[in-house]
Amino acid sequence: MLESYLPILVFLAIALGVGVIALLLNFLVAPRNPDPEKLSPYESGFEAFEDARLRFDVRYYLVAILFIVFDLEIAFFFPWAVVLDELGATGFVAMAIFLGILVVGFIYEWKKGALEWE
Amino acid sequence: MDLPVWIADYALPVAWITVQIVALVAPLMLAVAYLTVVERKLIGYMQLRVGPNRVGPRGWLQPIADGLKLLLKESIFPTQANKGVYIVAPLLSIGPALLAWAVIPFGPTYQTPFGEVTPVIAEVDVSLLFLLAVTSFGIYGVIMAGWAANSKYAIIGSMRAGAQMISYEIAMGFALIGVIMAANTLNIGEIVVAQSGGFWHWYFLPLLPLFVVFFISGVAETNRLPFDVSEGESEIVAGFHVEYAGMTFALFFLAEYANMILVSILTALLFLGGWHPPLPVAPFTWIPGPVWLLLKTALFLFFFLWFRATFPRFRYDQIMRLGWKVFIPVTLVWITVIGVANLTPLRAVFH
Amino acid sequence: MAEIRNYTLNFGPQHPAAHGVLRLVLELDGEVVARADPHVGLLHRGTEKLAEHKTYMQALPYFDRLDYVSILPNEHAFCLAVEALREIEVPERAQYIRVMFDEISRILNHLLWLGAHAMDVGAMTMFLYTFRDRELLMDAYEAASGARLHANYYRPGGVNRDLPDTMPKYQPSKWHSEADLEEMNAWRQGSLVDFIEAFTDYFPDRVDEYETLLTDNRIWKQRTVGIGEIPAERALQLGFTGPMLRGSGVEWDLRRKQPYAVYDRMDFQVPVGTNGDSYDRYLVRIEEMRQSVRIIRQCVDWLRANPGPVRTSDYKVMPPPRAEMKQSMEALIHHFKLFSEGFHVPPGETYRTVEHPKGEFGVYLISDGANKPYRMKIRAAGFPHMAAMDEMTRGHMLADVVTVMGTMDVVFGEIDR
Repeated sequence: MLESYLPILVFLAIALGVGVIALLLNFLVAPRNPDPEKLSPYESGFEAFEDARLRFDVRYYLVAILFIVFDLEIAFFFPWAVVLDELGATGFVAMAIFLGILVVGFIYEWKKGALEWE
Repeated sequence: MDLPVWIADYALPVAWITVQIVALVAPLMLAVAYLTVVERKLIGYMQLRVGPNRVGPRGWLQPIADGLKLLLKESIFPTQANKGVYIVAPLLSIGPALLAWAVIPFGPTYQTPFGEVTPVIAEVDVSLLFLLAVTSFGIYGVIMAGWAANSKYAIIGSMRAGAQMISYEIAMGFALIGVIMAANTLNIGEIVVAQSGGFWHWYFLPLLPLFVVFFISGVAETNRLPFDVSEGESEIVAGFHVEYAGMTFALFFLAEYANMILVSILTALLFLGGWHPPLPVAPFTWIPGPVWLLLKTALFLFFFLWFRATFPRFRYDQIMRLGWKVFIPVTLVWITVIGVANLTPLRAVFH
Repeated sequence: MAEIRNYTLNFGPQHPAAHGVLRLVLELDGEVVARADPHVGLLHRGTEKLAEHKTYMQALPYFDRLDYVSILPNEHAFCLAVEALREIEVPERAQYIRVMFDEISRILNHLLWLGAHAMDVGAMTMFLYTFRDRELLMDAYEAASGARLHANYYRPGGVNRDLPDTMPKYQPSKWHSEADLEEMNAWRQGSLVDFIEAFTDYFPDRVDEYETLLTDNRIWKQRTVGIGEIPAERALQLGFTGPMLRGSGVEWDLRRKQPYAVYDRMDFQVPVGTNGDSYDRYLVRIEEMRQSVRIIRQCVDWLRANPGPVRTSDYKVMPPPRAEMKQSMEALIHHFKLFSEGFHVPPGETYRTVEHPKGEFGVYLISDGANKPYRMKIRAAGFPHMAAMDEMTRGHMLADVVTVMGTMDVVFGEIDR
């Protein structure tokens, strides 16, 4: 059972290795001539007004929170969908109730304007 | 002569696995490289140009030249950048993009003298779940790149990319649930087997809304036009990778194209019957399954490029609206339809 | 509670969508624009002041470099001003040539605008398509004036020379086979007028093709409908002209309202929009291209039927023919005086405008009787539009800034002067 995951572990090492080797090669062969202008942050040719790491629009976070809710929902759906045939009507009704609650939440968000951007 | 236990038990399998992985990754990298040429050529012809035609015969060595150029270019580390995060970000982009390929089956299980052989690196039962988990890691690369570079264009781009990718991941996940409900398995190989028969057995017909949602969400996940607001050239220049150059940039680039191929092959596997020929009769069955799979993948890759040449770019809020207010409700409705149909004689349509 | 600050972003000059050298300082609240502050002047070359130190004829090429996308209408305005002050009679054929090239420039301008605007919004294929057709018109420019872009073709008193009887042809090379060449030169067998006529037959289908790509495209509509809306009254207050004003539903076209050259003899329509948003302005400009084709067609017909002089016979403002200079002392002196001292313009002042593709392009000229302008003021069509940047983008999102900039059709050559 678990040994079927061994290839994934090896693959993980190789996948990251490809990136690391590429970067290392780049460091070895590429020129390095830093100068202050080259290393200044790009802002269309003028000095930046302020640090870029400012507080950000809350709506991005709202999307992230909504994502967590829905992603969990998907995680619950997966095993249910696999054994759907064996569960029959009971399983469907149980999931329909669960889905119903989430849809109510979704409609609430929608009406509250959490999905609006302007 | 007895081999030491650790060699027989660990080193040899690992070596064998490594050979397999290299046999996958090397052609994949080549495919990525040549996808860029095909893209430039194809879009070139759509735009009445000829595309690259100088390096090598008819320009076919162009990706080699591009790769060498990127390798020999200086990678820039902006003064105010967070160096560690800045270097890790491209690795976190390319890593998941390659790792996801571990569970992609390229053909049916073959009977050989050595036993059953399935052309897949890791024969995992929950491969679809694994895939969903790994691909969502790609977001970290994008967010970290934007944050570390400390440029406003980069940070706007990474914020947009993050919000967009997680939104479409939900639509994608719901579309996958529909597939699982029809196939009753999380194993991609078995999902393909469940679609065996002619093209009327493939899931793209009964699950048509989910098929469309899945592929378009895939385009959005890979940040390709018309959803490329995270690097929207005319607004935020290059978005999250605006400060990257040389090999650090090349890794993002490789990851993006590897993801494009991944989305295409996944769509082919889950909705277009994978390696099954469109008609299970003689002239079609002569062509081996993996070739069919690659042909179907190429079809979806063509769509990617065709979109790019045709559509204007969405605005950011329009992308979010499409994802949340159109795609997610559509998938929810279709999941319910499948669920209800499953209890009626109609269930045969979905199985 | 902590104060929530907006953040400020430099948009341009080194930016793919800055249309040259616009520097826009944007104050953003998340994705939404709170304030847009255009900083112009990075392309300032002092055209107006330079013209005060050149003879009238030497000042002319500076006009090519103002709005370098629609070159000849710029020259036209200057020529009209000089002709008005010196009361020069312009031959009819020259006026027809001017009208034809004004409209060719209009198509050139709108094609570049269409391609650049679509590319700003993300549809990059459009750009390549429009440049294919621009190429043909630039060949027409080249055949008439010798230059593809900075034509320097109009003169006070006419145009530099008559339209050529032959078109330059593609020459054989290792890239093009005989069959290719025959196809490429198919339009070029006759005169320039034949070439332009062939273009007028070909072009309306191309406009249909562009419309297929954009007009009913849902994404294109989502990106342009309701963006940068300006009501008619406000557009008038802001000094909008040209398609920017017509898009808001005001039927104002100098070709109609104050006809110059031979526009009063032309049969054409003035398209107007209704909502004053980017989409309406797009439709207006597309329709203007079709109308321009109509005007060009009428000019072609007239020019073919009516040969004649294209330069005034007043050798004080236009050089005499070469042949005459070989025999006539007077002609030689005229030539020498014209190209050294130039011609004098009687004291007075005038303001002459043309319906430039971008709007009203005007030249205000004061002469003190010398051989160069005492003062010249240029009214650039794009400047008032640029000034409305803040009003048009406020409350929209970052991506809409690019749309609005595209719909204004700004060229910094004329705005910065």
